[in-house]
Formats: sequence, structure tokens, C-alpha cells
Amino acid sequence: MSDPARRLPTRASMSSGSDRVFQYLILALASVIVLVFVVSLYLLGVDSWPALRQFGVDFFTTRTWNPVSGTFGAAAMITGTLVTSFVALIISVPLAIASALFVAEYAPRWLANPVGYLIELLAAIPSVVYGLWALFVIAPVLSRWEQGYFASPEKIAIYTACKNIWDQDRTTLQCFFVPSAFDGRGLALAIIILTVMILPYTASVARDVIRLVPADQREAMYALGATKWEVISRAILPYARAGIMGGVILALGRALGETLAVAMVIGDSQDIIKSIFGGASTMASVIANQFGDAQETLHRSSVVTLGFILFFVSVAVNLLARVIIQRLTPKGVK
Amino acid sequence: MSTATSARPQVRTGLSAARRAQNMMMGGLILLATLLVVAPLILIFVYLIREGIDAVNLDFFTKIPAPEGETGGGLLNAILGSLYMLAMSSVFGVLVGIAGGIFLAEYPRHPLMPSIRLVSDVLAGIPAIVMGLVAYGLIVLNFGFSGFAGAVALGFLMIPIVVRTTEEVLKLVPQAVREAGLSLGLPQWLVTLRIVLPAAAGGIITGVMLALARVAGEAAPLLFTAFGNPNVNLDPSKPMSALPLEIYRGATSAYDENQRMAKAGALLLIVLIFVTSLLARRFSRKV
Amino acid sequence: MKKTFLLGLALSATAFTSASAQSLTGAGASFPYPLYSKMFAEYKSDKGVSVNYQSVGSGSGQKQIIERTVDFAGSDNPMSDETLKSAPAKLLHIPTAIGAVVPSYNLPGVTAPLKFTGKVLADIYLGKIKLWNDGAIAALNPGVTIPPLPITVARRSDGSGTTFVFSDYLSKVSSEWKSKVGTGNSLDWPTGTGAKGNDGVAGVVKSTPGAIGYVELVYAKQNKLPFGSVQNRAGKFITADNGPASKAAEGVVIPADTRVSITNSPNADAYPIASFTYVIFYQDQKYGGRSEAQATELKKMLTWMTTSGQQYNEPLDYAKLPTNAANKAKSIINSMTYGGKKL
Repeated sequence: MSDPARRLPTRASMSSGSDRVFQYLILALASVIVLVFVVSLYLLGVDSWPALRQFGVDFFTTRTWNPVSGTFGAAAMITGTLVTSFVALIISVPLAIASALFVAEYAPRWLANPVGYLIELLAAIPSVVYGLWALFVIAPVLSRWEQGYFASPEKIAIYTACKNIWDQDRTTLQCFFVPSAFDGRGLALAIIILTVMILPYTASVARDVIRLVPADQREAMYALGATKWEVISRAILPYARAGIMGGVILALGRALGETLAVAMVIGDSQDIIKSIFGGASTMASVIANQFGDAQETLHRSSVVTLGFILFFVSVAVNLLARVIIQRLTPKGVK
Repeated sequence: MSTATSARPQVRTGLSAARRAQNMMMGGLILLATLLVVAPLILIFVYLIREGIDAVNLDFFTKIPAPEGETGGGLLNAILGSLYMLAMSSVFGVLVGIAGGIFLAEYPRHPLMPSIRLVSDVLAGIPAIVMGLVAYGLIVLNFGFSGFAGAVALGFLMIPIVVRTTEEVLKLVPQAVREAGLSLGLPQWLVTLRIVLPAAAGGIITGVMLALARVAGEAAPLLFTAFGNPNVNLDPSKPMSALPLEIYRGATSAYDENQRMAKAGALLLIVLIFVTSLLARRFSRKV
Repeated sequence: MKKTFLLGLALSATAFTSASAQSLTGAGASFPYPLYSKMFAEYKSDKGVSVNYQSVGSGSGQKQIIERTVDFAGSDNPMSDETLKSAPAKLLHIPTAIGAVVPSYNLPGVTAPLKFTGKVLADIYLGKIKLWNDGAIAALNPGVTIPPLPITVARRSDGSGTTFVFSDYLSKVSSEWKSKVGTGNSLDWPTGTGAKGNDGVAGVVKSTPGAIGYVELVYAKQNKLPFGSVQNRAGKFITADNGPASKAAEGVVIPADTRVSITNSPNADAYPIASFTYVIFYQDQKYGGRSEAQATELKKMLTWMTTSGQQYNEPLDYAKLPTNAANKAKSIINSMTYGGKKL
């Protein structure tokens, strides 16, 4: 990393007065960044306190979210956030790496640039537009499939049997893949749209780090008679894995906090997840749906606590990404 | 290994059929995966053009939404609201963002530098809706829902993006340029403002445009701040509408007319965002 | 540092607030939104005053008026005594219209309007009736062939006065509903897909064969969704169309502060899931830097809503205010003050 100031002459000489004023001014403005962070922490902390004091650890481990009785436990939303994010991540990472390999290793230059640009544009599409598309285009397709499940009496029997199991607040592996709602909205749709939304984050980071792999790494393998795939799998990917992991974590951070697209399609249920086609909710979707009307202190505080958790989780994910990149970076790579 | 033959004469000798098949298969899978990745972009764009283009007419740009259940109207309230709030948020986001970038790039040995860099990076990852909650507590509770509150929330989101790009482009300015300035006897602050910043202007403008493109589509932080407004409002102390808010409202509505407006609004929004990022790219290449 | 920042914010914000008083902000119930958006569009072209009403749900409206971020709130259920106590000053309610909550559904091939009882609706929303061809529904609708579709229950994801009215009715007719779920703006729902606003629920019903959702009458009619009749207290099946909601208020004593529930009305011809919809505001308008001009503007607008504005109720399938309710609203509006002084 270059360090411009290191090679500067010492600033003791002339005009150190005006330099100092400028430095303070810049520092003051830059401190606003820290201020925003501290104010956020403070405001969220103060508003979260009533719920945290009242429910303590139970807030994280129980799943009753009942505004009528004033009992709040966030386990359902925490699970919803984790499930949607990690499943979307697992589906998207191989696709993202493949597209990065295509752009960096396979495509001729005239094709690589436009494809790379298209993938970057994917990241520029706003969340609400993804939500709109998911609701108007994918949900009807899913809904038709779910409805089609009722074409035969046998399937109706399976559904009825599963419904009885779900009513006891449990599920089985088979029932997990039986539709429990028929409007196309639910966990499955949320995972699909999240997968599409986080793809470009991993893909563009992966592309950049693959391009940074030194040419001699590749050439040495080719000289030994390796195929293109062997070069990729044995020389390029191991070399680039730290950077790719960084991109994966970045995508994870996006997925955890993604709000409106998910709120629009997930079906908003605070029940435990019984079917992949049923409704669920995430911490972010509950904030979007309920912050506006949470008026009792505990309800409001519980919603803000979800924001507080997201705040901490995103900070932790960011720090984790740094550690991983430092740990996994091969010697000699910047 | 040595017995493998190939129809293509230029292929390196010594590849077993299995290895070649694997190579071909992985290549095919990679191509397929890439098509899968790019497909949603094309599908979304084609869908919005097909469904939204009809509603993009003169009324769309000059009228406010019709009362619920009636047809006609446009999204003038949202278009103006978006532009107004983006302009306001830039004042705040760009000033702080560029100053932050200068601090990180030009004062790398300052004791506060690592913590400001860390906080800025961390801030970039905080979900937009959470920044909306913060702006609600900070501004809405004191002054009510307003375009100003929305602009502050968007400004919070812009800062870390502008900081990062500014820092990166400032570091690309050759050291010799700074030294030349200093050797002429200019104080460091003048060197920074008059020589280094102009040299990096292209990159900084690119960063600002990308930041604008990024926050222009945010609805989540505006839900509890700008709040929405069916009328044209240019008074920043009152609630304002924005394109993403109207898209959210229309997309979750049963009314055909609202859905039509949402699709047209989405088309306009992504065209604006795409054009902005395209221009930003062009600009950074030229400079 | 923080202080100067906040001071800066305060300065820039107060610089803005000195601008126009010619606009009012309200938020709340989606139940009357089609009516209010029509009323306020007319009010703007008549009087030149812009009213921004955001249909964010009654729960949101109640919260925002308590936090004093809006000039007035819309709500279909009056605030509870407890909520009123949590407000920083005295709040007033006036009714503006009567509306009906109807069970709308999407059943391809079914043309005759279905009949429902409160108990059947409660069992559907409890998740006990799972299929449309369930015996309990068939028994109410002899001669109607109902497809064996699974029922997709659509309900609200936001705090809603429509939910309050619906659950208030269900609690009155089903003891199981009362003990398991209860009455409220937001509920711990046993089943269903959540959607935002009356509009969102109508959207789910419109796009999903087999769906049922409770929405204000106008949302069902404007979106061309079929809706069922509901058995009232006297045992008659009543269709909400053409004004039986207004009968719900007949024979009900309206208290001086107008806060009253009219679900499950004793009137033999009344539609059972009906409600007044209210506007809520502070009696004393001098707070948070509001000017007297703004307070006067609000008073004028409220008066208009309960008088000339009433002409828009019936074309949009809401019932007009009965005379006794309109009179009470008038005297409540006249009790508004500014810093203790009558407006």
C-alpha cells in the first residue's frame, strides 16, 4: 500500500498554521462518520433497552411475537433471516464464481467486458424493483405450481395429513416440501429473489481477484500440460480463495439486511418454518412491516431491538471478512 | 497418457479422454451458470419495458397520482421528490464523504486514521432500513416526517461509498505531483485542494455518481422518514414522495392503475440508474 | 461535537418549518383511503390546500399522532383509554364515515355470492377449516358447487383498524377466537399470508385462486372481487352492498366522545362487520412549533370532511354519517383550542 505522507518533507517548515487549520477542518468533517456511527449506536441502544430488560435472553430464544399480550421473542425472525440468507448464499456462490471465471478466464475480451458490466448492473437494480418483479412474475408461476399440487385426490390427502402435522407445530422432511400456502409468496420466493440479488456481489469481487492472479501461476500449470479446468481448480481458485471469501461475506452481509424485496414476497408469518412454501419473516422485513405502527413501548422497543441486532450482525460480518481475508491471503499477494 | 489423439492438431498431446471430457464439461457448466446469472437482468428489463412503457407518457411526468380507484395521473410528485432529496443528501454525503476520503488518503499517519477507516467500512455494511430507524429517532421525532429527514437517511448511506472511492483515487495520484507542489513552497493544504483533488476529480465524480445511483433506488430508509406525499411538495420540512416509495406502494397494491404506475416508475428508475452508472464509467475512463 | 451537529440540524430544520402552512399531513387507516384520497383531491382543487394522507394502517396513525409527527391520524378503531393516557395531551375523535368489512374471495367458477357465519369465518382464520369444500361452508351454501381448493388466508401484516373491527366481531361471535387470538390492531395470527394495507390484502385475493381476505367494501368492489354475505345477530344473511352498514349505527347509543363499536349490531337489518372510521387530533393545537394558521387550516378541513365532504361517501360505497354522529362531530371540532384560546 502506498503511503503518500511517508515521503513528504516534514511539515515543520512554513505555513504550518494554515495546514493545521485545514487538517482540523478535514478531521472534523471526517469525524462526522464516527459521529453517525456513535449516534446510531446510542439511539438504537436506548430504544432497545426496554425490550432487552424485560425479556433478556428470552428475546433471542422464544418465538412468541404477540402484540396483543405484549410478549415478544424474536427467534422466528432470527431463524428466518439466517435460513433465507444462508440458503441463498449456498445457491449463489457457485453460480457467482462460475460467472466470474467466465468473464476472467473464458470469454474473449469483446464479450468479457459487456458480461462483466451486466453483472454489475444486477447490483444496481433497486430492492423494490426486484420485489415488484418477484411479485408480478415469479409468484404467479410458483402459485400455479402450488395450486397444481391439488390436481389429484392423493395429493390432497398428503396435504391434509401434513396440515394436521403442522397444526401440532412440527413438520417432517416430506411435509417440508409440501406447499402450505398457495399464493406463491413465502420462504421459497424470498430465497429465490435473495439469491439473484446477492449474486453480483460475490461475482464482481471474485472476478477482480481472479484477474489479479499472476500470469506465471497459470503458465506454469499450462507448461506442465494441464487442461484449462485443471489450471482453474488447482492454480487459480486456491490462489484467489481469500478474495472470493471476502466477496462471499460481503454478499452475506447484503442478504442479512435486505429489506423490501424480502418483505414484499415472504408472506410475513411469525410462525416456525414448517414448509419451504409457507410464510416466514426476517428481522428486516418485520422492521419494515411493524415499526410504523408499533406504539406500545415494548412492541416498539422489540422492533428497534431487531434493528439493533442487525446493526451488530453487520458490524460483526464486516470484521469477520477482514479477518478471513488477512488469514487466507497467500504470502506475497497484496 | 501418451496415446491420446485429437482431431484438432494444435491440441497439446498427453491428455486423456477423461481429462478432456472434464475440461469440456466444466467449461459448459461455467457458460450455463453465467447465462443463469445474467438472465434475471434481461428478464426484468424486458418485463418492465413491455409492461411499463405504455404508462410513460406526458401525464406520467406532469401529473400527480389520481385518487385511489380512478385512472390516469402520473408520478410528478415522486420524480421531483426523488431529485430534491438526492440533491439535498449529496450536499451532506459528498462533503463529509470527500473530507473523509482526503483524511484517509492524505493523513495516513494520523492516530485517528485507522479508527475512521474502520468505522467508514463498517458503516457501508449496515442495512439501509437500520439507518432509516436512526434518522427517525434523530430527526422525525423532533421535526416530523420530512424530505429533509429522508435526505439525511440517504446521506448516511452515501458517505461510506464516497469515502472509499475518494480515498482510492487520491492514492492513485502520483507522489511526484504532491512533491512538485510542495517543492514550489505551497502549503500542504493548498497542494491537496489545488493540485491533488483536481487531478483526482474524474474519479471522485465517478464515485459520487455511483453513490447517487446506489441510494436513488432505496425505499426502505424513506418509509419512516420522507413518508410519501401524493402532492408535489418542495418544502423540505414536509413529507415528500420518491420513486422507490411509489413503486413499493404500487407493487403491493391490488389496483391495476397503481400497479401500472409502479411498473412505469420502476422502468424510469432503472433506466436513470443504468444511465448514471454508464456515464460514471465513461467518465472515469476518459479522465 | 454531537451537540453542534444536532444544533446544525435543528437550525436547518427550523429554517424550513417557517415555510407554507398551506398543507396538512395525516396518516393512518387504509380502510377509508379511497374516500380520503378522493376528498382531499377535491379539497385541494376547491380550497387550494394540500392534504397529504398516507395510508399506512390505523396502528401507524395512532402511533404517529401520539409521537406528534402528523397533524391528524386516521383510525377505524377508537383509541383505548390506556392509549389515550399515553398521549402527551388530550386527543379528540370524530367519525367521518361508516364502512363495512367484507369477506372477499377468489373462487374460479363460483358465481353465486357465498354465505358466511361469524363462526365459519373464525374457523377459517383459526386454520381449522382448510379446504373450500369443507362441510361447514357447504352447509351454508346448498346448491353451490365449490371447488376443493385449499384456503389461502390473507390478512394484514401491519397494525390495522380493519383487523381490529374484524377481530372485534369474531371475538363477539366465537369464544375460541376470543380466547386464542383476541381483539387488536396487530394479532398473533394462527395462520395466513400477511399483506400491507386493505390494498395489499385485496392484492393477494385477486392474484390467488382459493384466497379469502377481509377488506373494506370499496376495495372489493373497485377491484371486482366477489364478497360473501354474513349472518347478523338476528340470523339474517346480509350483503354489505347498498348501505346496510349505516343501519349498524341505528339503535346504538353514540357517546359524547363518539368512541363506540358497532360490530354485531342488534339492528335486525344491519350488516354485522361495520365500523365508524375516525380522525384523531389534539384538542389543543399549540404544540411542537405549530402556528395558529395551521391549526385553523386543520379545523376548516375537519369541518369540511364532516359536512360538504360527506357527498363523496356514498359514491364510494361508504355510508354517510348519521345526523346524531355528525352533530357530535361538529361540537367536538368546535372544542378545538390554540394555547387554551378557542379557535
